[in-house]
Amino acid sequence: MPPKTKPKFLSRPSNSESGQVHPNIISMDNFCAWYGDFQALHNLKLDIPENRVTAFIGPSGCGKSTLLKWINRMNDIVPGARASGKLVLPDIDILSRSTDVVALRRRIGIVFQKPNPFPKSIFDNIAFGPRLHFAKLSKSDLDDLVEWALKKAALWNEVKDRLNKSALGLSGGQQQRLCIARAIAVGPDILLMDEPCSALDPASTARIEDLIFELREQYSIVIVTHNMQQAARCSDRTAFFFEGKIIEEGETEDVFTRPKEQQTEDYVTGKFG
Amino acid sequence: MLSIFYQGLPAFNPPQDDIVAELSEIESKLADVVPDSSEARALTAREEELQKLQATINKSFLSKPPAPGSREAGIGPALMGSIWVCVGCSVFFLPLGVGTAVFLEEFKPRNKFLRWLSDMLQLNISNLAGVPSIVYGILGMTVFATMFGLFGSPNDPFFELGTKFKRQYVTEGMQVVFVPVSERDEVPTLSNGMTALKSDGTEVKLNIIGDDDEFPEDDETLNVSLLSDSEGGVVAENAWYSFRLPFGRSVLAASMTLMLVILPVVIISTQEALRAVPTSLRQGAQGLGCTPWQTVRNVTLPAAIPGIMTGCILSMSRAIGEAAPILMISGIVAISMGPQHLMDDFSILPLQIFYWAGQPVNEADPHNFQHVAAGAIIVLLLVLFAFNSVAILLRQIAQKQLS
Amino acid sequence: MFWSFIPYQDELMATADNTANQKPVCLQRREFRSLAATRFREWFILAALACCTLFTVLITVTIVCLLVGQTFQFFSMPETSITDFLFGLKWSPTLGNEKLFGIWPLICGTMLVTVIAMLVALPLGLVTAIYLSEYAPQRLRNVLKPILELLAGIPTVVYGFFALVVITPALQAVGLQVDFYNAISAGIAVGILCLPTVASLSEDALRAVPRRLREAAYGLGGTKFDVSLKVVVPAALSGIISAFLLAAARAIGETMIVAMAAGALAKLTFDPRQQIQTMTGHMASTATGDISNFDVRYYSIYAVALVLFFITLSLTVIGNIVRRRFQEAYD
Repeated sequence: MPPKTKPKFLSRPSNSESGQVHPNIISMDNFCAWYGDFQALHNLKLDIPENRVTAFIGPSGCGKSTLLKWINRMNDIVPGARASGKLVLPDIDILSRSTDVVALRRRIGIVFQKPNPFPKSIFDNIAFGPRLHFAKLSKSDLDDLVEWALKKAALWNEVKDRLNKSALGLSGGQQQRLCIARAIAVGPDILLMDEPCSALDPASTARIEDLIFELREQYSIVIVTHNMQQAARCSDRTAFFFEGKIIEEGETEDVFTRPKEQQTEDYVTGKFG
Repeated sequence: MLSIFYQGLPAFNPPQDDIVAELSEIESKLADVVPDSSEARALTAREEELQKLQATINKSFLSKPPAPGSREAGIGPALMGSIWVCVGCSVFFLPLGVGTAVFLEEFKPRNKFLRWLSDMLQLNISNLAGVPSIVYGILGMTVFATMFGLFGSPNDPFFELGTKFKRQYVTEGMQVVFVPVSERDEVPTLSNGMTALKSDGTEVKLNIIGDDDEFPEDDETLNVSLLSDSEGGVVAENAWYSFRLPFGRSVLAASMTLMLVILPVVIISTQEALRAVPTSLRQGAQGLGCTPWQTVRNVTLPAAIPGIMTGCILSMSRAIGEAAPILMISGIVAISMGPQHLMDDFSILPLQIFYWAGQPVNEADPHNFQHVAAGAIIVLLLVLFAFNSVAILLRQIAQKQLS
Repeated sequence: MFWSFIPYQDELMATADNTANQKPVCLQRREFRSLAATRFREWFILAALACCTLFTVLITVTIVCLLVGQTFQFFSMPETSITDFLFGLKWSPTLGNEKLFGIWPLICGTMLVTVIAMLVALPLGLVTAIYLSEYAPQRLRNVLKPILELLAGIPTVVYGFFALVVITPALQAVGLQVDFYNAISAGIAVGILCLPTVASLSEDALRAVPRRLREAAYGLGGTKFDVSLKVVVPAALSGIISAFLLAAARAIGETMIVAMAAGALAKLTFDPRQQIQTMTGHMASTATGDISNFDVRYYSIYAVALVLFFITLSLTVIGNIVRRRFQEAYD
């Protein structure tokens, strides 16, 4: 199945069209990761540009989620997980022992596969991160922040009348947008998304994809997906993973329409995966 | 099984209102009819029996103290003792049990050696759960009640707080007076005109009769007169905050011992409740930059609270029914009042049942201590039933919340 | 395509217009809480929680040290010797000048009660477990499980009273020549007490047997009875053994029932109709006396407790290890 074109009404400029130069925000070189004795990632070399959407695609078990989790050190708590090589932000070495994961995660937000709102009110869900991190947070500041985050996540109009109701009463798609709002309320530069639409219906998925495209104006987004159409629709750059290695990486259009590697072509055309 | 407990029902001695009402109704109906002599006699016979029954039942079973006669015996102090011990025990096991469970469940180490260590801790806890409760009783007796005898005996404690001492004298007019002293061993020097307290609290001036003095004649003076060489016994009066080392046969020692018994159970059930919280919630919190403790405090614990409560209530119901460890600490104590402070003597419901069930059965008397024991068992089971109902309710809430 | 009809297009555009680029004050200010303070609090709390956990270790250490130390004290008394204790066949700590401390009568009493209890609890518990896990419909299970739990929650004094008032008279009624206090009624009551433990632990073990094993057996044409008894039970055997060991440990340590119904006469007999004394029974009867009296009888409870602790601990440790192995096998 050939990749679908982007919806026309949003007239998204692709990276190549705009001609802008985007500096790298995350770069890795010779990055390896293990779970116990099993090597999940082999010598990765990849640069992720600022204010773009980068998609990781590949069959399941290829290590794309592992890499995503290493970017904000979510693997810290997994017994036996370790990594080596270079994985850096412009000013922070992510893998260094001296790096404070709290400070790191304040800069790198993450959205998970399944929407996981806390069993609290909608307002408290959004205010959760700010309350943890910000000093001298006044009530009105917090109100502004919650409203801003919900507007950013295109959820404000739907929930503005029931901010004090439980977040578990929202639909799946709304819950996932709430999780995105919750992540951006902390003020990160980078948003990691681990298959954010895999648990959602097509309409909700489309909404989130559009949201992702909106958000890239201010955030660098990394999205893991095993849905190739999704990668084609909403990403600027794509990296194709296979068996813990990056087979091909480049502009989304190039990867999907003019793949350099045979494996990539087989995968994007649906011969395997 | 129910039929024996039915025997216990007379022990409750309910007000019998319905029977009285029924009787008066029959009586009024009979009054309308010609008062036939035989029927009237039958009625009075029944009435007499009822009156006899009510005469033995003048106080409620729940508030009366134990007594030498089975008809007069009640469970008041034992019930109060059970409540005190149980509440005291929960004050200790809640923080310790939940703290341990959180540590083992939410702060899992990555280091191989530490992982092995935490496995060993886990094994240790499941083994502690299998230790017989009487062994905990011996532990509590030695460590809490007598404290290895390091601090003197419970009757002559090494450290005492909030206890006032009085010397009790009997005057020549056979009145009891108290002279306050500051220490247990202090013997007050009796002097003429010194103040003492009567048993109702009023102050009186003592009249001391020396060897050479004349013996007073009038009753009034006799009532406040003491021989100068009269000896008095020590009476201790404990304030509500009183404290001593060692704890002796006190509510505190019993609470701490019961805490040891149910701590492993609490830890294991709390761990299960924590494990039931979905990992996605923890990940969500960590993704927002929560430290492990912030994750626990803000997300995991609130979500696990109903489950934890269920486990704790079930453990408390186990604590209420536990008799062996308390038997080791306090033995069988006959008291007429529930505990007033943490250092007070006490009895608990299961021990009272144990004592009554072991009393000899008098075949001639249809009402014996077996009935009292059965009555106390019904009360105990009702309390446990209430606890279990609350626990099951909470469990349903927990399941609903997490699904 | 579906997204050409998306009704929220206006909203998305509006979002982009008015607020997108104006960050709220606190995000512009970027004043964060002190990480050092957070770290410090984290360490402090971790230390406090670790202390809670160490407390459990302290309990174990104290039990062992206390029992061993006081037992040492016991053996240092003139009336006692280790050989008499371990090999003596008479236990009479109170009788006049001739005080004898041979543990075997107490062990014999304990074993008698435990064996009877297991004879009651094991078949009944296993049958209950098989029924609950293989045969009972979901709805019945939902009713029976809480009832089992309720049975487990009944205080032991109640079982003791039950043994005294119901079981012994019932045994006498069916023609058994039992004493008023006897081992058999205490044993039956302990068995009922252990029944829920055996049933629910074995049921867990049976349910942990993977579905595919059952399906394979059914696929070969086995009946439900065949499958349960010849496939599921053998597969769950180690789980059932651990349930049995844990229940036996509980039976050995049970105090109140034997103190109430088994009597207080330590003798070496295998006749369950007579009154006997168990290890726990000896401790309970000593405790009802005067405990502040630091005589040889007082110290004897530590020696007995050490033996009891050793037996139950080994049963529990083996039971827990077997259970863990079993769980790992099917994880």
